[in-house]
Amino acid sequence: MNALKRTFKDISQYPSAIAGVVLILALVALAVYTMFAIPYSEAIRLWRGGEEIWGDYPRLAPPAWTNIFTKEKQPSTIVRDSVDVDSGVTKEVKPIDETMTDVIFTYSFDYDADVFPQEMIVFMTAAYQEKAPFVSLFWITPDGREIRLGEVTAKASETYRFNQDERLLRRLKGVAPEVALFADPEQETPTVLKGTYQLRIAAITFEENSDLEAKFVSYGTVHGLAGTDHRRRDLTIALLWGTPIALAFGLVAALVTTVTTMVIAAVGVWFGGVVDDLIQRITEINMLLPFLPILIMVGTFQSRSIWVLLLWVILLSIFGASIKGYRATFMQIKEAPYIEAARSYGASNWRIIVSYLIPRIIPVLIPGLVSGVPAYVFLEASLAVLGLGDPVLPTWGKLINDAYGNGALYNGQYYWILEPALLLMIAGLAFAMVGFALDRIFNPRLREV
Amino acid sequence: MNAISGTAQGGAAVNSAERRHDEVLLSVQDLHVWFELRRFGFGHAGYVRAVDGVTFDLHYSETIAIVGESGCGKSSLMKTILALHRPTKGDILFENRNLNALKGPELREYRSQVGYVQQDPYGALAPFMTVQRILEEPMIINGIKDKAEREARLRNAMEEVKMSPVDDFLQKFPHMLSGGQQQRVVIARAMLLEPKLIVADEPVSMLDASVRVEILKLLRALQDKHNLAVIYITHDLSTVRYFSERVFVMYAGQAVEKSLINDLIRNPLHPYTMALLAATSDPDADNATRFRDVPPGEPPSLVKPPKGCRFHPRCPHMIKDLCDAEEPPHFEPEPQHLVACWLYR
Ligand SMILES: Nc1ncnc2c1ncn2[C@@H]1O[C@H](COP(=O)(O)OP(=O)(O)OP(=O)(O)O)[C@@H](O)[C@H]1O
Ligand code: SF4
Ligand SMILES: [Mg+2]
Repeated sequence: MNALKRTFKDISQYPSAIAGVVLILALVALAVYTMFAIPYSEAIRLWRGGEEIWGDYPRLAPPAWTNIFTKEKQPSTIVRDSVDVDSGVTKEVKPIDETMTDVIFTYSFDYDADVFPQEMIVFMTAAYQEKAPFVSLFWITPDGREIRLGEVTAKASETYRFNQDERLLRRLKGVAPEVALFADPEQETPTVLKGTYQLRIAAITFEENSDLEAKFVSYGTVHGLAGTDHRRRDLTIALLWGTPIALAFGLVAALVTTVTTMVIAAVGVWFGGVVDDLIQRITEINMLLPFLPILIMVGTFQSRSIWVLLLWVILLSIFGASIKGYRATFMQIKEAPYIEAARSYGASNWRIIVSYLIPRIIPVLIPGLVSGVPAYVFLEASLAVLGLGDPVLPTWGKLINDAYGNGALYNGQYYWILEPALLLMIAGLAFAMVGFALDRIFNPRLREV
Repeated sequence: MNAISGTAQGGAAVNSAERRHDEVLLSVQDLHVWFELRRFGFGHAGYVRAVDGVTFDLHYSETIAIVGESGCGKSSLMKTILALHRPTKGDILFENRNLNALKGPELREYRSQVGYVQQDPYGALAPFMTVQRILEEPMIINGIKDKAEREARLRNAMEEVKMSPVDDFLQKFPHMLSGGQQQRVVIARAMLLEPKLIVADEPVSMLDASVRVEILKLLRALQDKHNLAVIYITHDLSTVRYFSERVFVMYAGQAVEKSLINDLIRNPLHPYTMALLAATSDPDADNATRFRDVPPGEPPSLVKPPKGCRFHPRCPHMIKDLCDAEEPPHFEPEPQHLVACWLYR
């Protein structure tokens, strides 16, 4: 207890270590928050669910806060759904005769961004027996122009994509609808005409109980806190969930390997002879084994589950080079008179290993353990970048892998790589700073001891 | 140092020994402790004959001193008695039980009856344990489960070694104590399990001269109070004289002279002992009773000891074709004074 208090007092002497501790605490808080706010199954649903989860998000949109740094205001996504009464949609139903009915939706929204939206889509769901409703779409600009868009027969689930309507495209003289429909006709270069726009959807239903609902989405060019990927998924999920995963992987791997390695080294040194020889030989063979290729093989042939890989990482690291270092230290400690004294009053082999050898090395162990965490966090990310990421879990490494695979850097989608990379760097830096400080704190004392 | 070399205290040691009965506590019989030498970590390259045929009996509550130059095998002898090394040959009987036959709980039982006081008090204490923990360890290991009893015993032991008020020390780490205090803790630890024998391997050689006297007085007082048998290893004859009545001189793994301390000083028989005592004519009284650490000449190899008498390459009285051919047996030129030297044949 006292030793712990003293350590904390010593840490407070190092500003970098305080920063490190604060960062680690922040990461831990974020991880805990994530696990409670977005339970695992929910995270998987949000990340693996499918189009209906992220269909309303723009594709490859940088985070919304990038607006602060750009001169031109980027549009956010606008969603108007007839099912949602509050979203500013009016729906008029006017019977024409016994069976036919006019259903007219009016969507109005303000557009004040300087940049045209990414694309526009109307999602329709129709209820009918035999004959599907017939739908015509119209666009009304702030300056009162009415532009006929197109006509579709609304099947049970119909999607009208503005930029895939060939006839509309021809009518707009080849200018993409998301530009033409928002452009100020007075201007030479396409400029957004700001103001209130309206989309009118006029449908005729042909059966008594036939009905129609429609959702209009104007996809913006920025999205949320973290932006979206090539599949329109919100990166926030992966960034948030990457935190507990990275921490768990790094901490578990560092803790288990360091402690096991140390115990094995202590056992070898204490019992000596065949046991020591065996441990030494296993270590030497293990050091010759190619670490990464084995993991790649495991990932390719056995399982890409992050926990299976963690197990292999631990197995391959236990008999690592650090066993040699610990061994040298234990060899010295073994000769200490206090160990001889312990034997003279009857301490058993295990008691000597656990209570006399190992406590002596803890001052070196703790800084090593803390500084070892980033290596494993990065290892997990590297494996993911190599395509061995967990097939289910969203992790930082997976994001980088996705970004890389989709040419994010060539296409200027820097946020996609920089966000996970930044988190990786913060995690690495935090543990490294604390580890270095602990090293400086513990090791002079070790020399003095 | 002069204070404790006084004859009054030397006399007291003899008295206390006479009070005890004559039963043998520890019997060392033809003990050999050889360490195998390996070339490059494997491959046999001979033996270091650290102890090579030592025989003696130690009675209950008796003290004996063992003197000899560095590397002559004193510590190896002690560690074998402590069951830290296995004898290569020969037997050690403790209360008529052979150490070689002890295993597991019996061995631990035996170890609890022998206390160990080491040379370097700081090294002898685990640096990461508090004094309390250090003293509790032997009791925990030897099955004293009741915490209150442990507490009572360790407090008692601390009082005995004059570490009071006890509460001032219990939560301290060894590096917070002075050398003398550290050695007191070591002694307290050795006393905790109420041993019958204490093995003290140069217990004061690393302490300040001023502290040495106190520690020796303490050991002496404890020996007296608890009727302890003590084996005391030292370089410093003045402390031997104060502490014990019998003394062995060891040379190259063998006991070359065994006698009462007063006889040894008055009339050293073995040429090696004489060489050690060569400074007797020195007017400085302190020097007169102290062994010289290094007698003239090279210490012998313990791997290939000289044939015959091991001291013959350095001996001024060497008898040709005898000393360098045959090992001298023990002669007894005067009562209770044994010497392994052909001069007394
Ligand atoms: N575990 C061991 N393995 C190999 N050789 C050893 C071992 N222990 C001691 N020796 C050797 O045995 C010889 C006697 O050593 P020992 O420690 O018994 O001498 P000593 O009389 O106690 O010396 P000192 O006065 O320096 O303490 C030395 O040559 C030493 O190198
Ligand atoms: S036996 Fe010979 S060599 Fe050895 S001590 Fe005696 S006289 Fe010297
Ligand atoms: Mg020694």
